[in-house]
Amino acid sequence: MSARLAQKIAFAVLLLATLLVVFPVIIILGIIVAKGASAISWEFLFSMPRDGMTAGGIFPAILGTLYLVLGAVLFAVPLGVLAAVYLVEYSSDNWFSRLVKLAIVNLAGVPSVVYGLFGLGIFVTFFRFGASILSGSLTLGIMILPVIITSAREALESVPRHFRTVSLSLGASHWQTIRHSVLPHALPGILTGMILGLGRAAGETAPILFTVAAFYLPRLPQSVFDQTMALPYHLYVISTQVPGIAENVRYGTALVLLTLVLLLNLAAILLRSRFRRKKKW
Amino acid sequence: MTPNRLRKLKEWLIEKAILLSGVFSVIFVLLIFLFLLREGFSLFRGESVGDFLFGKSWYPISDPPRFGILPLIMGSLLVTLGAAAISVPIGIAAALYIAEIAPGRLKEGLKAGIELLAAIPSVVIGFIGMITLGPWIKNLFNIPTGLTALTGSVTLAFMAMPTIVSIAEDAITAVPRQYREAAIAMGATKWQTTWRIVARAARPGMVAAVMLGIGRVIGETMAVMMVTGNAAMIPSSILQPVRTLTATIAAEMGESVQGGAHYAALFAIGIVLFVITFLINGVADLYLHRSRR
Repeated sequence: MSARLAQKIAFAVLLLATLLVVFPVIIILGIIVAKGASAISWEFLFSMPRDGMTAGGIFPAILGTLYLVLGAVLFAVPLGVLAAVYLVEYSSDNWFSRLVKLAIVNLAGVPSVVYGLFGLGIFVTFFRFGASILSGSLTLGIMILPVIITSAREALESVPRHFRTVSLSLGASHWQTIRHSVLPHALPGILTGMILGLGRAAGETAPILFTVAAFYLPRLPQSVFDQTMALPYHLYVISTQVPGIAENVRYGTALVLLTLVLLLNLAAILLRSRFRRKKKW
Repeated sequence: MTPNRLRKLKEWLIEKAILLSGVFSVIFVLLIFLFLLREGFSLFRGESVGDFLFGKSWYPISDPPRFGILPLIMGSLLVTLGAAAISVPIGIAAALYIAEIAPGRLKEGLKAGIELLAAIPSVVIGFIGMITLGPWIKNLFNIPTGLTALTGSVTLAFMAMPTIVSIAEDAITAVPRQYREAAIAMGATKWQTTWRIVARAARPGMVAAVMLGIGRVIGETMAVMMVTGNAAMIPSSILQPVRTLTATIAAEMGESVQGGAHYAALFAIGIVLFVITFLINGVADLYLHRSRR
Protein backbone atom coordinates (compact mmCIF):
# COMPACT_ATOMS: atom_id res chain seq x y z
CA MET A 1 0.00 0.00 0.00
CA SER A 2 1.45 3.37 -0.92
CA ALA A 3 2.03 5.90 1.81
CA ARG A 4 -0.37 8.24 0.09
CA LEU A 5 -3.23 5.74 0.07
CA ALA A 6 -2.53 4.86 3.70
CA GLN A 7 -2.80 8.54 4.53
CA LYS A 8 -6.12 8.89 2.73
CA ILE A 9 -7.59 5.92 4.56
CA ALA A 10 -6.23 7.05 7.92
CA PHE A 11 -7.61 10.58 7.53
CA ALA A 12 -11.01 9.20 6.55
CA VAL A 13 -11.07 7.02 9.66
CA LEU A 14 -10.11 9.94 11.89
CA LEU A 15 -12.78 12.13 10.33
CA LEU A 16 -15.36 9.41 10.90
CA ALA A 17 -14.36 9.17 14.56
CA THR A 18 -14.67 12.93 14.96
CA LEU A 19 -18.14 12.90 13.45
CA LEU A 20 -19.08 10.11 15.87
CA VAL A 21 -18.14 12.41 18.76
CA VAL A 22 -19.94 15.48 17.44
CA PHE A 23 -23.07 13.89 15.96
CA PRO A 24 -24.66 12.93 19.29
CA VAL A 25 -24.83 16.62 20.17
CA ILE A 26 -26.84 17.28 17.04
CA ILE A 27 -29.00 14.15 17.49
CA ILE A 28 -29.77 14.91 21.15
CA LEU A 29 -30.58 18.53 20.35
CA GLY A 30 -32.68 17.49 17.37
CA ILE A 31 -34.75 14.92 19.25
CA ILE A 32 -35.36 17.19 22.22
CA VAL A 33 -36.31 20.22 20.14
CA ALA A 34 -38.54 18.20 17.80
CA LYS A 35 -40.46 16.49 20.58
CA GLY A 36 -40.32 19.14 23.26
CA ALA A 37 -41.09 22.35 21.41
CA SER A 38 -44.83 21.62 21.42
CA ALA A 39 -44.88 21.65 25.23
CA ILE A 40 -43.37 25.10 25.56
CA SER A 41 -45.92 27.76 26.30
CA TRP A 42 -46.29 30.73 28.58
CA GLU A 43 -48.25 28.58 30.99
CA PHE A 44 -45.64 25.78 30.95
CA LEU A 45 -42.84 28.18 31.82
CA PHE A 46 -44.58 30.44 34.29
CA SER A 47 -47.19 28.47 36.21
CA MET A 48 -47.25 25.99 39.06
CA PRO A 49 -47.46 22.23 38.48
CA ARG A 50 -50.92 20.74 39.13
CA ASP A 51 -52.49 17.32 39.58
CA GLY A 52 -49.31 15.51 40.67
CA MET A 53 -47.20 17.21 37.98
CA THR A 54 -49.30 15.88 35.09
CA ALA A 55 -50.61 19.35 34.30
CA GLY A 56 -49.61 22.95 34.74
CA GLY A 57 -46.09 24.31 34.44
CA ILE A 58 -42.58 23.99 35.78
CA PHE A 59 -42.08 27.50 37.14
CA PRO A 60 -40.94 26.49 40.66
CA ALA A 61 -38.30 24.20 39.17
CA ILE A 62 -36.98 26.96 36.90
CA LEU A 63 -36.91 29.51 39.70
CA GLY A 64 -35.37 26.99 42.12
CA THR A 65 -32.54 26.26 39.70
CA LEU A 66 -31.92 30.00 39.26
CA TYR A 67 -31.73 30.49 43.04
CA LEU A 68 -29.36 27.54 43.42
CA VAL A 69 -26.92 28.58 40.72
CA LEU A 70 -26.89 32.20 41.86
CA GLY A 71 -26.13 31.07 45.40
CA ALA A 72 -23.40 28.75 44.16
CA VAL A 73 -21.73 31.49 42.12
CA LEU A 74 -22.03 34.03 44.92
CA PHE A 75 -20.09 31.65 47.12
CA ALA A 76 -17.60 30.25 44.61
CA VAL A 77 -16.57 33.30 42.57
CA PRO A 78 -14.95 35.43 45.31
CA LEU A 79 -13.29 32.38 46.85
CA GLY A 80 -12.16 31.00 43.49
CA VAL A 81 -10.81 34.27 42.13
CA LEU A 82 -8.85 34.98 45.31
CA ALA A 83 -7.45 31.44 45.24
CA ALA A 84 -6.35 32.01 41.63
CA VAL A 85 -4.75 35.34 42.65
CA TYR A 86 -2.89 33.47 45.36
CA LEU A 87 -1.59 30.83 42.94
CA VAL A 88 -0.58 33.24 40.18
CA GLU A 89 0.51 36.38 42.04
CA TYR A 90 1.66 35.30 45.49
CA SER A 91 2.83 31.70 45.66
CA SER A 92 6.24 30.57 44.52
CA ASP A 93 6.69 27.06 43.21
CA ASN A 94 7.00 25.31 46.55
CA TRP A 95 5.41 22.27 48.19
CA PHE A 96 2.46 24.28 49.43
CA SER A 97 1.40 25.71 46.09
CA ARG A 98 1.81 22.22 44.59
CA LEU A 99 -0.45 20.88 47.34
CA VAL A 100 -3.07 23.54 46.54
CA LYS A 101 -2.91 22.66 42.84
CA LEU A 102 -3.24 18.95 43.62
CA ALA A 103 -6.25 19.72 45.82
CA ILE A 104 -7.91 21.63 42.96
CA VAL A 105 -7.30 18.76 40.54
CA ASN A 106 -8.88 16.38 43.02
CA LEU A 107 -11.85 18.63 43.73
CA ALA A 108 -12.48 18.60 39.97
CA GLY A 109 -12.43 14.80 39.98
CA VAL A 110 -14.65 14.07 42.97
CA PRO A 111 -17.84 12.38 41.69
CA SER A 112 -20.91 14.59 41.85
CA VAL A 113 -22.79 12.14 44.05
CA VAL A 114 -19.95 12.28 46.58
CA TYR A 115 -20.45 16.05 46.70
CA GLY A 116 -24.04 15.23 47.50
CA LEU A 117 -22.97 13.02 50.41
CA PHE A 118 -20.57 15.70 51.62
CA GLY A 119 -23.27 18.37 51.48
CA LEU A 120 -25.62 16.09 53.37
CA GLY A 121 -23.00 15.37 56.01
CA ILE A 122 -21.71 18.90 56.57
CA PHE A 123 -24.40 21.43 55.62
CA VAL A 124 -27.64 19.53 56.15
CA THR A 125 -26.66 17.55 59.24
CA PHE A 126 -23.61 19.09 60.94
CA PHE A 127 -24.46 22.79 60.46
CA ARG A 128 -28.18 21.99 60.73
CA PHE A 129 -29.15 24.00 57.63
CA GLY A 130 -31.48 21.15 56.75
CA ALA A 131 -32.39 20.31 53.18
CA SER A 132 -32.43 23.90 51.95
CA ILE A 133 -31.39 26.28 49.20
CA LEU A 134 -28.44 27.27 51.39
CA SER A 135 -27.15 23.68 51.70
CA GLY A 136 -27.66 23.02 47.98
CA SER A 137 -25.99 26.27 46.88
CA LEU A 138 -22.95 25.72 49.08
CA THR A 139 -22.59 22.13 47.84
CA LEU A 140 -22.83 23.24 44.21
CA GLY A 141 -20.48 26.15 44.96
CA ILE A 142 -17.72 23.85 46.20
CA MET A 143 -18.28 21.62 43.20
CA ILE A 144 -17.77 24.45 40.67
CA LEU A 145 -14.82 25.97 42.55
CA PRO A 146 -12.22 24.17 40.36
CA VAL A 147 -13.89 25.53 37.18
CA ILE A 148 -13.73 29.09 38.51
CA ILE A 149 -10.15 28.78 39.80
CA THR A 150 -8.85 27.24 36.58
CA SER A 151 -10.41 29.92 34.34
CA ALA A 152 -9.27 32.75 36.60
CA ARG A 153 -5.75 31.33 36.72
CA GLU A 154 -5.55 31.17 32.95
CA ALA A 155 -6.85 34.73 32.70
CA LEU A 156 -4.34 36.07 35.23
CA GLU A 157 -1.45 34.19 33.64
CA SER A 158 -2.27 35.68 30.24
CA VAL A 159 -1.67 39.21 31.56
CA PRO A 160 1.92 40.05 30.51
CA ARG A 161 4.65 40.21 33.17
CA HIS A 162 5.61 43.80 32.29
CA PHE A 163 2.16 45.12 33.27
CA ARG A 164 3.19 44.22 36.80
CA THR A 165 6.77 45.44 36.66
CA VAL A 166 5.73 48.82 35.27
CA SER A 167 3.15 49.30 38.02
CA LEU A 168 5.58 48.23 40.73
CA SER A 169 8.31 50.52 39.38
CA LEU A 170 5.92 53.45 39.70
CA GLY A 171 5.75 52.78 43.43
CA ALA A 172 2.45 50.92 43.60
CA SER A 173 2.20 48.19 46.22
CA HIS A 174 1.78 44.53 45.34
CA TRP A 175 -1.98 44.58 45.96
CA GLN A 176 -2.45 47.92 44.15
CA THR A 177 -0.68 46.41 41.17
CA ILE A 178 -2.94 43.38 41.16
CA ARG A 179 -6.07 45.45 41.72
CA HIS A 180 -5.41 48.09 39.06
CA SER A 181 -3.03 46.61 36.49
CA VAL A 182 -3.78 42.89 36.50
CA LEU A 183 -7.37 42.12 37.53
CA PRO A 184 -9.06 44.50 35.04
CA HIS A 185 -7.31 42.76 32.15
CA ALA A 186 -8.22 39.33 33.48
CA LEU A 187 -11.89 40.21 33.96
CA PRO A 188 -13.27 38.69 30.72
CA GLY A 189 -11.52 35.40 31.49
CA ILE A 190 -12.87 35.43 35.03
CA LEU A 191 -16.37 36.08 33.68
CA THR A 192 -15.99 33.15 31.28
CA GLY A 193 -15.22 30.87 34.21
CA MET A 194 -18.18 32.24 36.13
CA ILE A 195 -20.59 31.51 33.27
CA LEU A 196 -19.16 28.01 32.80
CA GLY A 197 -19.64 27.46 36.53
CA LEU A 198 -23.25 28.63 36.27
CA GLY A 199 -23.88 26.19 33.44
CA ARG A 200 -22.31 23.29 35.30
CA ALA A 201 -24.24 24.01 38.49
CA ALA A 202 -27.53 24.38 36.62
CA GLY A 203 -27.31 20.91 35.10
CA GLU A 204 -26.11 18.86 38.05
CA THR A 205 -28.58 16.59 39.79
CA ALA A 206 -26.62 14.32 42.14
CA PRO A 207 -25.28 17.08 44.45
CA ILE A 208 -28.77 18.45 45.08
CA LEU A 209 -30.54 15.10 45.53
CA PHE A 210 -30.03 14.98 49.29
CA THR A 211 -29.27 18.62 50.03
CA VAL A 212 -32.21 20.60 48.68
CA ALA A 213 -34.31 19.08 45.93
CA ALA A 214 -38.01 18.63 46.57
CA PHE A 215 -39.95 15.95 44.69
CA TYR A 216 -43.12 18.00 44.32
CA LEU A 217 -43.55 21.38 45.93
CA PRO A 218 -46.11 23.54 44.17
CA ARG A 219 -45.18 26.77 45.92
CA LEU A 220 -42.22 29.11 45.75
CA PRO A 221 -39.46 29.04 48.37
CA GLN A 222 -39.73 31.83 50.95
CA SER A 223 -36.17 31.87 52.33
CA VAL A 224 -32.77 30.26 51.88
CA PHE A 225 -33.78 27.67 54.48
CA ASP A 226 -36.60 26.35 52.30
CA GLN A 227 -36.47 23.35 50.03
CA THR A 228 -37.09 23.93 46.37
CA MET A 229 -37.76 22.04 43.16
CA ALA A 230 -34.99 22.19 40.57
CA LEU A 231 -35.00 21.56 36.82
CA PRO A 232 -32.56 18.63 36.55
CA TYR A 233 -34.09 16.78 39.48
CA HIS A 234 -37.57 17.48 38.14
CA LEU A 235 -36.60 15.93 34.80
CA TYR A 236 -35.29 12.87 36.62
CA VAL A 237 -38.46 12.59 38.69
CA ILE A 238 -40.92 12.92 35.84
CA SER A 239 -39.00 10.58 33.54
CA THR A 240 -38.40 7.74 36.02
CA GLN A 241 -40.50 8.08 39.17
CA VAL A 242 -43.92 9.26 38.04
CA PRO A 243 -45.78 7.21 35.45
CA GLY A 244 -48.41 8.70 33.19
CA ILE A 245 -46.81 12.04 32.39
CA ALA A 246 -47.32 13.17 28.82
CA GLU A 247 -44.24 12.59 26.68
CA ASN A 248 -44.03 16.16 25.46
CA VAL A 249 -43.95 17.45 29.05
CA ARG A 250 -40.84 15.35 29.68
CA TYR A 251 -39.20 16.49 26.47
CA GLY A 252 -40.31 20.05 27.16
CA THR A 253 -38.63 20.01 30.57
CA ALA A 254 -35.46 18.57 29.01
CA LEU A 255 -35.62 21.32 26.38
CA VAL A 256 -35.84 24.10 28.98
CA LEU A 257 -32.92 22.66 30.96
CA LEU A 258 -30.81 22.06 27.85
CA THR A 259 -31.51 25.54 26.49
CA LEU A 260 -30.49 27.14 29.77
CA VAL A 261 -27.25 25.16 30.04
CA LEU A 262 -26.24 25.41 26.38
CA LEU A 263 -26.94 29.15 26.18
CA LEU A 264 -24.69 29.72 29.19
CA ASN A 265 -21.93 27.62 27.63
CA LEU A 266 -22.31 29.26 24.24
CA ALA A 267 -22.04 32.67 25.90
CA ALA A 268 -18.84 31.55 27.63
CA ILE A 269 -17.33 30.22 24.39
CA LEU A 270 -18.15 33.43 22.51
CA LEU A 271 -16.87 35.67 25.30
CA ARG A 272 -13.62 33.74 25.43
CA SER A 273 -12.95 33.79 21.70
CA ARG A 274 -13.76 37.52 21.53
CA PHE A 275 -11.45 38.17 24.43
CA ARG A 276 -8.64 36.21 22.75
CA ARG A 277 -9.08 38.06 19.47
CA LYS A 278 -9.28 41.51 21.04
CA LYS A 279 -6.18 41.14 23.17
CA LYS A 280 -3.89 44.06 22.48
CA TRP A 281 -0.63 42.58 23.68
CA MET B 1 -4.37 56.24 62.25
CA THR B 2 -2.89 57.93 59.19
CA PRO B 3 -4.39 57.12 55.78
CA ASN B 4 -1.17 55.37 54.83
CA ARG B 5 -1.29 53.04 57.79
CA LEU B 6 -4.96 52.39 57.13
CA ARG B 7 -4.12 51.42 53.57
CA LYS B 8 -1.38 49.12 54.79
CA LEU B 9 -3.79 47.47 57.21
CA LYS B 10 -6.31 47.00 54.42
CA GLU B 11 -3.71 45.42 52.17
CA TRP B 12 -2.54 43.17 54.96
CA LEU B 13 -6.12 41.97 55.45
CA ILE B 14 -6.65 41.41 51.74
CA GLU B 15 -3.44 39.48 51.38
CA LYS B 16 -4.38 37.25 54.30
CA ALA B 17 -7.79 36.65 52.66
CA ILE B 18 -6.01 35.68 49.43
CA LEU B 19 -3.76 33.21 51.25
CA LEU B 20 -6.76 31.80 53.10
CA SER B 21 -8.65 31.28 49.83
CA GLY B 22 -5.71 29.28 48.52
CA VAL B 23 -5.76 27.13 51.64
CA PHE B 24 -9.51 26.54 51.29
CA SER B 25 -9.13 24.19 48.30
CA VAL B 26 -6.99 21.93 50.47
CA ILE B 27 -9.40 22.26 53.38
CA PHE B 28 -12.37 21.26 51.22
CA VAL B 29 -10.64 18.08 50.04
CA LEU B 30 -9.85 17.20 53.66
CA LEU B 31 -13.38 18.08 54.79
CA ILE B 32 -14.95 15.89 52.12
CA PHE B 33 -12.86 12.94 53.25
CA LEU B 34 -13.47 13.68 56.93
CA PHE B 35 -17.22 13.94 56.62
CA LEU B 36 -17.42 10.76 54.54
CA LEU B 37 -15.47 9.02 57.31
CA ARG B 38 -17.54 10.59 60.06
CA GLU B 39 -20.81 9.32 58.62
CA GLY B 40 -19.53 6.09 57.10
CA PHE B 41 -17.16 4.77 59.72
CA SER B 42 -19.82 3.40 62.07
CA LEU B 43 -20.55 0.67 59.51
CA PHE B 44 -17.23 -0.96 60.32
CA ARG B 45 -18.14 -1.46 63.97
CA GLY B 46 -20.44 -4.29 62.92
CA GLU B 47 -18.86 -5.21 59.61
CA SER B 48 -15.30 -6.02 58.57
CA VAL B 49 -13.75 -4.07 55.71
CA GLY B 50 -13.23 -7.33 53.84
CA ASP B 51 -16.90 -8.33 54.12
CA PHE B 52 -17.88 -4.89 52.90
CA LEU B 53 -15.56 -4.77 49.88
CA PHE B 54 -15.78 -8.41 48.84
CA GLY B 55 -19.18 -9.49 50.15
CA LYS B 56 -21.29 -10.90 47.35
CA SER B 57 -24.69 -9.74 48.57
CA TRP B 58 -26.08 -6.24 48.77
CA TYR B 59 -29.40 -6.61 50.67
CA PRO B 60 -29.48 -3.39 52.69
CA ILE B 61 -33.08 -3.67 53.89
CA SER B 62 -33.44 -7.39 54.56
CA ASP B 63 -33.15 -8.73 58.12
CA PRO B 64 -30.30 -9.12 58.89
CA PRO B 65 -29.05 -6.66 56.24
CA ARG B 66 -26.10 -7.60 54.04
CA PHE B 67 -23.68 -4.89 52.94
CA GLY B 68 -21.36 -6.56 50.45
CA ILE B 69 -20.53 -4.17 47.62
CA LEU B 70 -18.82 -6.61 45.26
CA PRO B 71 -21.87 -6.65 42.91
CA LEU B 72 -21.78 -2.85 42.80
CA ILE B 73 -18.03 -2.78 42.16
CA MET B 74 -18.49 -5.34 39.36
CA GLY B 75 -21.32 -3.24 37.95
CA SER B 76 -19.20 -0.09 37.93
CA LEU B 77 -16.25 -2.00 36.48
CA LEU B 78 -18.27 -3.59 33.68
CA VAL B 79 -19.92 -0.33 32.64
CA THR B 80 -16.61 1.55 32.86
CA LEU B 81 -14.63 -1.00 30.83
CA GLY B 82 -17.32 -1.02 28.16
CA ALA B 83 -17.38 2.76 28.01
CA ALA B 84 -13.57 2.90 27.82
CA ALA B 85 -13.48 0.33 25.00
CA ILE B 86 -15.79 2.58 22.97
CA SER B 87 -14.59 6.04 23.91
CA VAL B 88 -10.80 5.64 24.00
CA PRO B 89 -10.14 4.75 20.34
CA ILE B 90 -12.80 7.14 19.05
CA GLY B 91 -11.70 9.94 21.40
CA ILE B 92 -7.99 9.66 20.57
CA ALA B 93 -8.74 9.50 16.84
CA ALA B 94 -10.94 12.59 17.07
CA ALA B 95 -8.25 14.41 19.05
CA LEU B 96 -5.67 13.63 16.35
CA TYR B 97 -8.04 14.84 13.64
CA ILE B 98 -8.89 18.07 15.41
CA ALA B 99 -5.33 18.87 16.46
CA GLU B 100 -3.44 17.89 13.31
CA ILE B 101 -5.72 17.68 10.32
CA ALA B 102 -8.83 19.87 10.60
CA PRO B 103 -8.36 23.28 8.95
CA GLY B 104 -8.71 26.47 11.05
CA ARG B 105 -12.42 27.23 11.00
CA LEU B 106 -13.58 23.61 11.10
CA LYS B 107 -11.24 23.07 14.03
CA GLU B 108 -12.82 25.86 16.05
CA GLY B 109 -16.30 24.57 15.20
CA LEU B 110 -15.47 21.02 16.22
CA LYS B 111 -13.92 22.17 19.47
CA ALA B 112 -17.02 24.19 20.30
CA GLY B 113 -19.19 21.16 19.45
CA ILE B 114 -17.22 18.97 21.81
CA GLU B 115 -17.42 21.58 24.54
CA LEU B 116 -21.19 21.64 24.12
CA LEU B 117 -21.34 17.84 24.35
CA ALA B 118 -19.44 18.09 27.63
CA ALA B 119 -21.94 20.66 28.86
CA ILE B 120 -25.12 18.61 28.32
CA PRO B 121 -26.39 17.72 31.80
CA SER B 122 -26.04 14.05 32.64
CA VAL B 123 -29.74 13.78 33.48
CA VAL B 124 -30.57 14.88 29.91
CA ILE B 125 -28.17 12.33 28.43
CA GLY B 126 -29.68 9.68 30.71
CA PHE B 127 -33.18 10.67 29.61
CA ILE B 128 -32.30 10.39 25.92
CA GLY B 129 -30.40 7.12 26.48
CA MET B 130 -33.35 5.66 28.36
CA ILE B 131 -35.88 6.62 25.71
CA THR B 132 -33.94 5.99 22.48
CA LEU B 133 -30.96 3.72 23.13
CA GLY B 134 -32.73 1.39 25.59
CA PRO B 135 -35.54 0.22 23.28
CA TRP B 136 -33.07 -0.01 20.40
CA ILE B 137 -30.74 -2.35 22.33
CA LYS B 138 -33.73 -4.35 23.55
CA ASN B 139 -34.89 -5.03 19.99
CA LEU B 140 -31.41 -5.54 18.59
CA PHE B 141 -30.49 -8.34 21.01
CA ASN B 142 -34.05 -9.48 21.64
CA ILE B 143 -33.73 -9.29 25.44
CA PRO B 144 -36.42 -8.61 28.09
CA THR B 145 -35.11 -5.15 29.02
CA GLY B 146 -33.04 -2.60 27.16
CA LEU B 147 -31.68 -1.09 30.36
CA THR B 148 -28.40 -3.03 30.61
CA ALA B 149 -24.71 -2.61 31.30
CA LEU B 150 -24.17 -2.19 27.55
CA THR B 151 -26.67 0.68 27.40
CA GLY B 152 -24.77 2.29 30.27
CA SER B 153 -21.43 1.77 28.52
CA VAL B 154 -22.60 3.39 25.29
CA THR B 155 -24.22 6.31 27.11
CA LEU B 156 -21.19 6.91 29.30
CA ALA B 157 -18.82 6.59 26.35
CA PHE B 158 -20.36 9.78 24.98
CA MET B 159 -19.83 11.48 28.30
CA ALA B 160 -16.17 10.40 28.51
CA MET B 161 -15.33 11.47 24.98
CA PRO B 162 -15.30 15.26 25.49
CA THR B 163 -12.83 14.85 28.37
CA ILE B 164 -10.61 12.49 26.39
CA VAL B 165 -10.73 14.59 23.21
CA SER B 166 -10.03 17.96 24.80
CA ILE B 167 -7.14 16.83 27.03
CA ALA B 168 -5.55 14.64 24.34
CA GLU B 169 -5.93 17.50 21.87
CA ASP B 170 -4.06 19.83 24.23
CA ALA B 171 -1.27 17.28 24.59
CA ILE B 172 -0.98 16.84 20.81
CA THR B 173 -0.96 20.59 20.18
CA ALA B 174 1.80 20.98 22.78
CA VAL B 175 4.21 18.76 20.78
CA PRO B 176 6.95 21.11 19.49
CA ARG B 177 6.70 22.19 15.85
CA GLN B 178 10.27 21.10 15.11
CA TYR B 179 9.28 17.44 15.54
CA ARG B 180 6.80 17.74 12.69
CA GLU B 181 9.12 19.81 10.50
CA ALA B 182 11.97 17.33 10.96
CA ALA B 183 9.73 14.39 10.03
CA ILE B 184 8.34 16.14 6.96
CA ALA B 185 11.86 17.15 5.91
CA MET B 186 12.89 13.48 6.05
CA GLY B 187 10.19 12.72 3.50
CA ALA B 188 7.48 11.34 5.82
CA THR B 189 3.88 11.92 4.78
CA LYS B 190 1.61 13.99 7.01
CA TRP B 191 -0.04 10.82 8.31
CA GLN B 192 3.30 9.12 9.06
CA THR B 193 4.36 12.23 10.95
CA THR B 194 1.08 12.38 12.87
CA TRP B 195 1.01 8.72 13.80
CA ARG B 196 4.66 7.84 14.36
CA ILE B 197 6.07 11.11 15.67
CA VAL B 198 3.39 13.41 17.08
CA ALA B 199 1.14 10.76 18.61
CA ARG B 200 4.13 9.08 20.21
CA ALA B 201 5.47 12.32 21.66
CA ALA B 202 2.03 13.15 23.08
CA ARG B 203 1.60 9.75 24.70
CA PRO B 204 1.85 10.80 28.38
CA GLY B 205 -0.82 13.44 27.80
CA MET B 206 -2.99 10.88 26.06
CA VAL B 207 -2.64 8.49 29.00
CA ALA B 208 -3.75 11.31 31.29
CA ALA B 209 -6.69 12.04 28.97
CA VAL B 210 -7.83 8.42 29.07
CA MET B 211 -7.51 8.25 32.86
CA LEU B 212 -9.49 11.44 33.38
CA GLY B 213 -12.14 10.17 30.96
CA ILE B 214 -12.39 6.94 32.96
CA GLY B 215 -12.52 8.97 36.18
CA ARG B 216 -15.51 10.82 34.81
CA VAL B 217 -17.25 7.53 33.90
CA ILE B 218 -16.73 5.96 37.33
CA GLY B 219 -18.12 9.04 39.05
CA GLU B 220 -21.05 9.55 36.72
CA THR B 221 -24.33 9.09 38.53
CA MET B 222 -27.61 10.22 37.01
CA ALA B 223 -27.22 8.96 33.46
CA VAL B 224 -25.96 5.60 34.62
CA MET B 225 -28.77 5.25 37.14
CA MET B 226 -31.37 5.92 34.45
CA VAL B 227 -30.06 3.50 31.80
CA THR B 228 -28.53 0.46 33.55
CA GLY B 229 -31.64 -1.05 35.07
CA ASN B 230 -30.52 -1.00 38.70
CA ALA B 231 -30.16 -4.65 39.64
CA ALA B 232 -27.63 -5.13 42.42
CA MET B 233 -26.40 -8.56 41.31
CA ILE B 234 -23.03 -9.74 40.04
CA PRO B 235 -23.51 -9.55 36.26
CA SER B 236 -22.62 -12.51 34.07
CA SER B 237 -23.06 -10.69 30.77
CA ILE B 238 -22.96 -7.14 29.47
CA LEU B 239 -26.58 -7.55 28.36
CA GLN B 240 -27.85 -7.73 31.95
CA PRO B 241 -29.04 -4.91 34.16
CA VAL B 242 -26.42 -3.80 36.69
CA ARG B 243 -26.16 -1.34 39.56
CA THR B 244 -23.11 0.88 39.94
CA LEU B 245 -21.57 2.31 43.12
CA THR B 246 -22.75 5.82 42.32
CA ALA B 247 -26.30 4.82 41.38
CA THR B 248 -26.65 2.89 44.64
CA ILE B 249 -25.92 5.99 46.70
CA ALA B 250 -28.25 8.18 44.67
CA ALA B 251 -31.09 5.66 44.59
CA GLU B 252 -31.04 4.47 48.19
CA MET B 253 -30.10 7.51 50.27
CA GLY B 254 -33.70 8.69 50.27
CA GLU B 255 -34.99 5.50 51.89
CA SER B 256 -32.19 5.02 54.44
CA VAL B 257 -32.54 6.17 58.04
CA GLN B 258 -30.06 8.81 59.14
CA GLY B 259 -27.47 7.30 61.49
CA GLY B 260 -28.50 3.74 60.63
CA ALA B 261 -26.29 1.03 59.18
CA HIS B 262 -27.68 1.46 55.65
CA TYR B 263 -26.98 5.21 55.81
CA ALA B 264 -23.42 4.52 56.99
CA ALA B 265 -22.93 1.91 54.26
CA LEU B 266 -23.86 4.44 51.57
CA PHE B 267 -21.28 6.89 52.96
CA ALA B 268 -18.76 4.03 53.04
CA ILE B 269 -19.43 3.55 49.32
CA GLY B 270 -18.71 7.26 49.00
CA ILE B 271 -15.32 6.69 50.65
CA VAL B 272 -14.54 3.96 48.12
CA LEU B 273 -15.48 6.28 45.24
CA PHE B 274 -13.51 9.16 46.71
CA VAL B 275 -10.37 7.02 47.06
CA ILE B 276 -10.69 5.60 43.53
CA THR B 277 -11.12 9.00 41.88
CA PHE B 278 -8.42 10.55 44.09
CA LEU B 279 -5.92 7.94 42.86
CA ILE B 280 -6.98 8.25 39.23
CA ASN B 281 -6.73 12.04 39.26
CA GLY B 282 -3.44 12.06 41.13
CA VAL B 283 -1.79 9.69 38.65
CA ALA B 284 -3.32 11.49 35.66
CA ASP B 285 -1.89 14.74 37.00
CA LEU B 286 1.59 13.17 37.19
CA TYR B 287 1.30 12.14 33.53
CA LEU B 288 0.12 15.62 32.56
CA HIS B 289 3.16 17.18 34.20
CA ARG B 290 5.41 14.70 32.43
CA SER B 291 3.89 15.63 29.10
CA ARG B 292 4.39 19.34 29.74
CA ARG B 293 8.08 18.95 30.40
